Amino acid sequence: MIEIKNLYKKFGKLTVLEELNLTISKGGIFAILGPNGSGKTTLIKSILGMIIPNKGEIAIDGENILRKWKYRNNLNYLPQVANFPSNLSVKELIEMVKNLRPKKANSQELIDLFGLPPFMNKKLGNLSGGTKQKVNLVLTFMFDSDLIILDEPTTGLDPIALIHLKELISKEKAKGKTILVTTHIMSFVDEMADEIVFLLDGKIYFKGSVDALKKQTDQENLEHAIANLIEKQYQTATSK
Amino acid sequence: MLKILKYSIYDLLRSRWSYVYFIFYLMLSFSLFFLNSDIDKAIITLMNVIVVLTPLIGTIFGVMYYYSSKEFTELLLAQPIKRSKIFMGQYIGISLSLTLSLVLGVGIPFVIYGLFKSAAVFDFTLLLVVGAFLNFIFVALAYNIALSINNKIKGFGYAILMWLTFAVIYDAVFMGLLIHYNDYPLDKFTLIATMLNPIDLSRILILLKLDASALLGYTGAFLQSFYGTNMGLIVSLSALSMWIVLPILRMSSKLKKKDF
Amino acid sequence: MKYLFLVFLTIQFSANARTIVVCKSCSIKTIKKAVSLASDGDKILVKKGYYKETNIQVSKMIQIIGESSPTIDGMNKTESIFAVKATNFLISGFLFKNVGVSYTKEIAAIFISKSRNFTVKSNSFSNVFFAIILQDCKFGVLLSNKIKGTAKSESSSGNGFHLWKCANIRIEKNTVSGMRDGIYLEFVNKSHISNNTSLNNIRYGLHFMFSNNNEYHHNEFKQNGAGVAVMFSKFIKMHHNTFHFNWGAASYGLLLKEINDAEITDNYFEQNTIGINIDGCNRITYSNNHFIRNGWAIKFTGGCYANLFEYNNFQHNAFDLSYNSRLNDNKFEANYWSEYSGYDIDKDGIGDVPHRPVKLFSYIVNQTPETLVLLRSLFVDIINFSEKVSPVFTPDNLIDARPIMKPINQ
Repeated sequence: MIEIKNLYKKFGKLTVLEELNLTISKGGIFAILGPNGSGKTTLIKSILGMIIPNKGEIAIDGENILRKWKYRNNLNYLPQVANFPSNLSVKELIEMVKNLRPKKANSQELIDLFGLPPFMNKKLGNLSGGTKQKVNLVLTFMFDSDLIILDEPTTGLDPIALIHLKELISKEKAKGKTILVTTHIMSFVDEMADEIVFLLDGKIYFKGSVDALKKQTDQENLEHAIANLIEKQYQTATSK
Repeated sequence: MLKILKYSIYDLLRSRWSYVYFIFYLMLSFSLFFLNSDIDKAIITLMNVIVVLTPLIGTIFGVMYYYSSKEFTELLLAQPIKRSKIFMGQYIGISLSLTLSLVLGVGIPFVIYGLFKSAAVFDFTLLLVVGAFLNFIFVALAYNIALSINNKIKGFGYAILMWLTFAVIYDAVFMGLLIHYNDYPLDKFTLIATMLNPIDLSRILILLKLDASALLGYTGAFLQSFYGTNMGLIVSLSALSMWIVLPILRMSSKLKKKDF
Repeated sequence: MKYLFLVFLTIQFSANARTIVVCKSCSIKTIKKAVSLASDGDKILVKKGYYKETNIQVSKMIQIIGESSPTIDGMNKTESIFAVKATNFLISGFLFKNVGVSYTKEIAAIFISKSRNFTVKSNSFSNVFFAIILQDCKFGVLLSNKIKGTAKSESSSGNGFHLWKCANIRIEKNTVSGMRDGIYLEFVNKSHISNNTSLNNIRYGLHFMFSNNNEYHHNEFKQNGAGVAVMFSKFIKMHHNTFHFNWGAASYGLLLKEINDAEITDNYFEQNTIGINIDGCNRITYSNNHFIRNGWAIKFTGGCYANLFEYNNFQHNAFDLSYNSRLNDNKFEANYWSEYSGYDIDKDGIGDVPHRPVKLFSYIVNQTPETLVLLRSLFVDIINFSEKVSPVFTPDNLIDARPIMKPINQ
């Protein structure tokens, strides 16, 4: 579904992605993990077209997407920081985003799910961070698209909303969607992810299932497995 | 683009600052028109304010809007819309809403005062047209700066510096050069130098229609024969348009390479 | 006995006075013929019609009156229509047309020389080289004439009223337009010029040289190429005149050059490039004048001493005052300045802080005219303000110590 070849990106002197190759097959939940500065966000934003790579190719369903924009109609994105024009109401914002896409949306269902009806006429500037994140989720999940990219989806959510989110993600997966998630919450990865893509220093350091990772690192706990992965890297780096 | 434009106007029209700006012009014009018997004097004072303040407010609003709506812009960037359309929509939205504040704030007192039938209406219209131009020019320049500089504080500083350059520093250097090269024929230099600063150009355009057309004649036949004619008006307005077009072109080329 | 004789003579005189009628169907068909037939005291009545005549010599005490505005056509010949050298005469009611242009002699519709006690009134002039020339005349009245020219260049056009070496002349209620100078006076003394309108003349509305003890008032000078020039004269009174719309690179409302001991009061200067350009003028009192929306209200270009400016209005001029030197020997007191930014806490109508009418920018413009394009820019406001706070380039004693808060009698 997504094919990334020799992706190279640097910001100034800092190389963030170095000849990255990645293939993500259709269907399933892919957790993109890695320490801070490993290139997770750059990778995601490259797929979204927000960052323009210096070199390399990205193709979705066999079509090159660099410098194109129509493909985004079949892509939902949940940005990390939910910051909206403070003078619009929730309702207006949802209407606006719907307006921007030439496809159907099932916003009402999601609004009810996250308990947003009382906030519909409130201005976005007056909402709490958690409520904003819920609005953010509505905006992301209301469209029926084949690719869903979630950047830190759990930020600021209360436990009930978190459960709803997990259900939502599972439902989308069941429909055969491809879901890319970045997160720092390992339990979330453990519970949800089918596959882990581990980035380190702009390269894919590990790609495979959660179990494979645990097996490879000989750890029961995912957090420890990841820590182990990073540690090993440092060891090899210093031994060189 | 129209959708983005619609929503950014919608957003700005509800912003407190739009109203502060609108009410400022409203009160200024009311006091000028009603406490001042001389309508031309009122227009000159208005010109003084508009020519300096519109660029400043345009600059500040431009950078502020860009930086404060950064995250939302990112959300929009993930939608199936062309980049340039998002930014053009926002840019036109800000410029239009500022222009609206200006036109209504100054226009309402003018209409109430009953000047619509007077001869001042042409001067007044020109004043508003020039004010609109300045809004579009300086929001475009501000957007250019904001697009080039990721650091909010730095971007804000550069934007203010840009305004200060056009409003004051440019004229200081210009005057210095004129005085220093006093012995040389200066009309062509003067003409070109005024074209290169949108604030100067706007000011001269309005002055010509008010009181200074013959004053400029004093500076030499060349300047007057240029600015005094319709040709001069057309060239000046085209120069102002270039001040919108060039920043937009730079903006769109910048957008093609920009990472968000 | 002597008086009785005089009375007798007068009766005799009037009893003998005849009226000679000129018309196309009369026995006398030309004015020239009528003039040759007339004797002192006669009246020539010219009926409505079209008369092609030039060089009508008049040397008798007669009245020549046009009835219903007969036209006298000079056929563009280089001769004056009337050439008068007489006393006690009247010419009125004609329309003069087509007096030819000469580059060598002065030709006018009415050329009067060495004459006294005369009146020229209610005539119209169109397409004439000069309209009325007076040379060496005294006690003449020029009243209610209308002169309309189509002057294109200074060299091929003449003046409306051209007076040389005259005294005690009254020029009243005339209208002059489209000539070179509307009214030109040289060596003319003790004369009154009042209630005239002089507009759209290509050089000066009024041009005044070496002429002393004159008074002109209630005239209007409008849209003349270079405004009004008064030069090399003494003891002039100018009051209640209006100078407006004299726009142009070298144009002013009023140019004063080498004028001493004049009084300039109650005049109205509006929208001139320069309201008054003062060059080498001393002991002049300017009071109750209105300077409104001029480029420069007053511009000093030469050494001027002991002039007094009081109770004038300076409103909305780009520059109220321009000074060419750092010295000041003129006094400004109790004027109204629309630019005055002081206050009047004790409410006595007089500003509590002095006003400084010369701006630094006007000094800079004097040095480098091109800087004028920066008029009303923020930078200029800033430097004007700093100069106001601590004067460096402008005369620091040039202040109005008692600026009045309200404009005078508007």
